[in-house]
Amino acid sequence: MQYPSQHIEKAVEEISKLPGIGRKTALRLALHLLRREETETSALAQALIDLRTKTRNCSNCHNLADSEICSICANPRRDASVICVVENPQDVMAIENTAQYHGLYHVLGGVISPIEGVGPSDLRIDSLVNRVAGGNSAGGGPKEIILAISPTMEGDTTAFYLTRKLKPFGIRISSIARGVPVGGELEYTDEITLGRSILSRTLYNTSGEDKE
Amino acid sequence: MHLQKLELLNFKNYPDLSLDFSPDINCLVGANGSGKTNLLDAVYYLSLTKSAFHTTDAHSIKHEEALMVIRGWFKREENVDTVQCSLQQGQRKLVMRNRKEYERLSEHVGRYPIVLIAPNDTDVIREGSETRRKFFDGILSQIDSPYLQNLLRYNHALKQRNSLLKTFSDQGRVQHDLLEPFTLQLLQYGLPLLERRRLFMQEYMPLFEHHYRNLTDGEEKVFIRYETNLDDTNPEKLMQDNLQRDVALQRTRIGVHRDDYAFEIDGFSLKKYGSQGQQKSFLIALKLAQFDLLREHKGFKPILLLDDIFDKLDDRRMARLMELVSGHAFGQLFVTDARPERSARLFKDLSESEVVYFYVEKGTAVPVDEQTLLRD
Repeated sequence: MQYPSQHIEKAVEEISKLPGIGRKTALRLALHLLRREETETSALAQALIDLRTKTRNCSNCHNLADSEICSICANPRRDASVICVVENPQDVMAIENTAQYHGLYHVLGGVISPIEGVGPSDLRIDSLVNRVAGGNSAGGGPKEIILAISPTMEGDTTAFYLTRKLKPFGIRISSIARGVPVGGELEYTDEITLGRSILSRTLYNTSGEDKE
Repeated sequence: MHLQKLELLNFKNYPDLSLDFSPDINCLVGANGSGKTNLLDAVYYLSLTKSAFHTTDAHSIKHEEALMVIRGWFKREENVDTVQCSLQQGQRKLVMRNRKEYERLSEHVGRYPIVLIAPNDTDVIREGSETRRKFFDGILSQIDSPYLQNLLRYNHALKQRNSLLKTFSDQGRVQHDLLEPFTLQLLQYGLPLLERRRLFMQEYMPLFEHHYRNLTDGEEKVFIRYETNLDDTNPEKLMQDNLQRDVALQRTRIGVHRDDYAFEIDGFSLKKYGSQGQQKSFLIALKLAQFDLLREHKGFKPILLLDDIFDKLDDRRMARLMELVSGHAFGQLFVTDARPERSARLFKDLSESEVVYFYVEKGTAVPVDEQTLLRD
């Protein structure tokens, strides 16, 4: 395609490097920016620069953060006796949105998959072990680890590996429940999920309380 | 269950084709290389979402074309289902049933069961254990869908474990704690496969023996010995004991991926000591037993494809097979034959079955009547 301006061409080239965006969409976005107020584009450019230069990984849990320690780890009202282990920062956001969890997190940065060349040393497993050992917190280590890892084969492998690593510390290790989605219908649930839900069924609580 | 109609677009040597079939016998005649087998393969594709002859999907697309489509109308009782397989060069294969795409292709396998008897079946005797595992896994996958899911998971775990063994070898260091979850996964998925294969042989053997005896009138005793190196009394220890060797060889030596099915005749290896005739009878009995088993599990008759088998059979076996055909042992039948007059003679006395002939030539197939074939 011929572009009337080198600058447009350059912008299209950069925007189309983003996932899911082709050259046509990139051109539409570029022309859209040209039609809007100049301040809007500056704000976008500044936001992108800040995104790169000012965000970092929390040195404690490896979640995305604006400072050395992320807002969750720094919050004194969070329960430091529980750590929820997840694959990536999106998972933290997903669990935060449930408003059901008040402990801390640990972001692994992926799952173990030898085919893709990802081993334990490529993930933040050592630092999790250190946290559990109490190496990073003055008030002693956590009492419970919740594994919230995707129930894929690689996820299962990772969970198993972590459990072995953490077992010597004698703390409680749990895994999020797997089963039928709320509002889902049994007949549309695949056999493996349904089979697992039957095996790990829970006691029916008539008092209406969902805590043990 | 039968295939009413088939449409092809750029499948192998067929640019564009539409055929209506008989629910009974469909006989495809034409010269060698005209594309008779390709038509059978199209039917096979609709049933199992892959070619019976090529492992690479793209080879099924007509030369220099970008897209191929196979569409079929399957009728069972009063319901007609449409199945469409399409493949665009460089893209993912798409399978739709009644215009709805499958999330997983494995969900389709077994819905429209099929049995193919073809000249390259002898591979199952001559080649390595992989061809035999594939043959029996193919049957099990059609009758037991959790088995197929388990098998796919097992193979995935095996690939991960072997990949890890290779990494250990490259690094010159073994991390046992990292290998353990993969070893356990192999046992978690492998032990049920072992159990299922054993159970399957108990069900399959009597059917197989019956067909072999029927084809041969022979006195010889045939047997299929299921062999595995996975010992289910203490599999963890077995895996542990073989660890050093696994690391040295960079692959997993113990497990159901090494299983074999030994074909025996009077206690001897069929491959080494069986005559040509015994081997042929053995192969056909394997397939007819597969047919019976599928029929029992599905509650209806699978489609039977006979590729070029008249050339390979002597008169006695031929007669036995025709007895089964005339006795309505089979449902819908597709037969290829390079000698039209032979097929026409074989089928002309079957008054109760509707026999349709197709003359196949240069990427087309047209219905012809029996009299024309007998005159030639």
